[in-house]
Amino acid sequence: MKSRTIKVDYLARVEGEGKLYVKIKDNVVTDVRFSVFEPPRFFEALLRGRRFTEAPDITARICGICPVAYQMSSSQAMESLCGVTVPGPLRDLRRLIYCGEWIESHALHIYMLHAPDFLGYQDAISMAKDHPDVVNRALKLKKIGNDVMVLLGGREIHPVNPRVGGFYKVPTKESLTQLVEPLQWALEASLETVRWTSSLSFPEFERDYEFVSLRHPDEYPITEGRVASNKGIDITTDKFLDTFEEIHIAHSTSLQAKVKARDDYMAGPLARYCNNFDRLPEVAQKAARDAGLSEVCKNPFKSIIVRSVETVFACHEALRIIEGYEPPEKPFVEVPPRAGIGHGCTEAPRGLLYHRYEIDDDGIIKDARIIPPTSQNQKSMEEDLRFFVGKNLDLTDEKLTWQCEQVIRNYDPCISCSCHFLKLDIQRD
Amino acid sequence: MSSVKKPKLAVWKFASCDGCQLSLLDCEEELLAITQEITIAYFPEATRAVIKGPYDISLVEGSITTSHDAERIHRIRRISEHLITIGACATAGGIQALRNFADVDDFVSMVYANPAYIETLNKSTPIADHVFVDFELRGCPISKYQLVELISAFLNGRKPNIGTHSVCMECKMKGNACVMVAHGTPCLGPVTQMGCGAICPTYDRGCFGCFGPKETPNTRSLAAWFEQLQIPKDDIVRVFRGFNAYAEPFRKESEAHEK
Repeated sequence: MKSRTIKVDYLARVEGEGKLYVKIKDNVVTDVRFSVFEPPRFFEALLRGRRFTEAPDITARICGICPVAYQMSSSQAMESLCGVTVPGPLRDLRRLIYCGEWIESHALHIYMLHAPDFLGYQDAISMAKDHPDVVNRALKLKKIGNDVMVLLGGREIHPVNPRVGGFYKVPTKESLTQLVEPLQWALEASLETVRWTSSLSFPEFERDYEFVSLRHPDEYPITEGRVASNKGIDITTDKFLDTFEEIHIAHSTSLQAKVKARDDYMAGPLARYCNNFDRLPEVAQKAARDAGLSEVCKNPFKSIIVRSVETVFACHEALRIIEGYEPPEKPFVEVPPRAGIGHGCTEAPRGLLYHRYEIDDDGIIKDARIIPPTSQNQKSMEEDLRFFVGKNLDLTDEKLTWQCEQVIRNYDPCISCSCHFLKLDIQRD
Repeated sequence: MSSVKKPKLAVWKFASCDGCQLSLLDCEEELLAITQEITIAYFPEATRAVIKGPYDISLVEGSITTSHDAERIHRIRRISEHLITIGACATAGGIQALRNFADVDDFVSMVYANPAYIETLNKSTPIADHVFVDFELRGCPISKYQLVELISAFLNGRKPNIGTHSVCMECKMKGNACVMVAHGTPCLGPVTQMGCGAICPTYDRGCFGCFGPKETPNTRSLAAWFEQLQIPKDDIVRVFRGFNAYAEPFRKESEAHEK
């Protein structure tokens, strides 16, 4: 009897602390665990008793990589709870700062966290020695995303300007116009990124995923929409908890989500892309087709190309918003509190982010529930691992371990977020 | 290849959001230059490669919330020539230190269906409560400019040029109108350490204390001003109880208004 264990005790190039464990007995995968050992921080508990207007600033601290996503999902939940909509230029500015976060986060993941795997480097810094142009392009692209966030938000990590109802202060047309030239460069650089990522070589790997993302009547989803899947889900955000559930397992401080009626599902760029290809602007659709992608992509290793396509979209969208921008009269809509329950769902760079709050008449938070994208993807990651290891048993432990890490990195997991959230052990018996 | 030995940098994570270590990767214009001067020897968020210690500089992000982490920080201290904490979590316990004002068992059962699976301490504490810290870099998140200055100072054996004066000073230097005087907006600027560039008042909102208490802050006087602005007591507690809630001056002030 021959057994193998593949273990990674501290997964690198992801945000936060996760580990991997795979046990193989007689060439059969007998156990797979992707676990989060990030210490829990109890956000849902510490939000109780805070003012509803504090939720965007507090929940931003769940994740330094996608704070805007937290600010937007929580604001949307509070506004829907209080019966307020944020229209016109304020809505556009929210989309614009979110585009900045997509560009920054995608550029970071594509080039600095994911690409080194494909080219056999430990990290982007060693990759920079052989591919200085590529890494310089990455850093410049990433910076432009950050510049959008700095201009609209005051700073790139935990922006201070977004609030329930809109913003504290809105930019002038002139100040936004400064972003046009850099964003035009970024659009070209993202098109080049699509070409470059599509030239990488990818393992043969496809699974029949249930792709869950937002779907909006006329735009590629970022800030709002219905929750939809390729297997029949089509619900308003307030039905989220009727459709999905979270399970608390022993090996992880992150809860694992699943579709109640079925099983694991995938959120994130692949899901958004497959559910919304028709909503991408022509320039992004063409880039995808030229890169050899069809309208559906079921190979998670190719998420690096899809992220690049989404970066094209985000640059294009940012330019569109800036072009049409006229400053609103007031930087925010008044949101008077009322007792009730509200739901918010937006698309963080790594996938769907759901918030639910209950507040009282004074606007004090009574209950909070947050389901980050990495919790939603955790079960899918384990299924990918099981499937991938099963098909690649002939690889050496070293190679298999690296590729198992890559299976997880395909998801751009944000482990700090998911904790309430992940570490790879591969054991071969 | 140069034969001069480059100093080794390690980046460690405890309970945190990753934002402060991300600040290092956000130094897009300086990152490659920094790596010319130092070897990134341990930084899991950015690299798979691990170079063994000891390390010349350890940057520590996050607060201590588990007994395992309370031991791990001692191991890190032993292999670090200089240990620098980065951010409000490592320096004051972070937003997760709000548990310090509550019963942690209630917190666990509010979030997790099976509390028995969760191992946590009843307080979230700063690194300096556990080991000697050479320098504390403030902020939620830290300022990347202060981070570059700090690394540069350590590399050159000089004192870092990082002020301990208030956000008010930065705000005046920017030429902002005072949000509290002009609009009656409560602002922690007078008692909060500089470093962010007074961004909140610049964006027409009051400072909410990301960089923690300044040197000798007169929180009592500021709270009296809040009272004059008719800010309810509960909100005065909340304003001092943010990302640096467990830093002593803010903690004491919030407790004084809780009764």
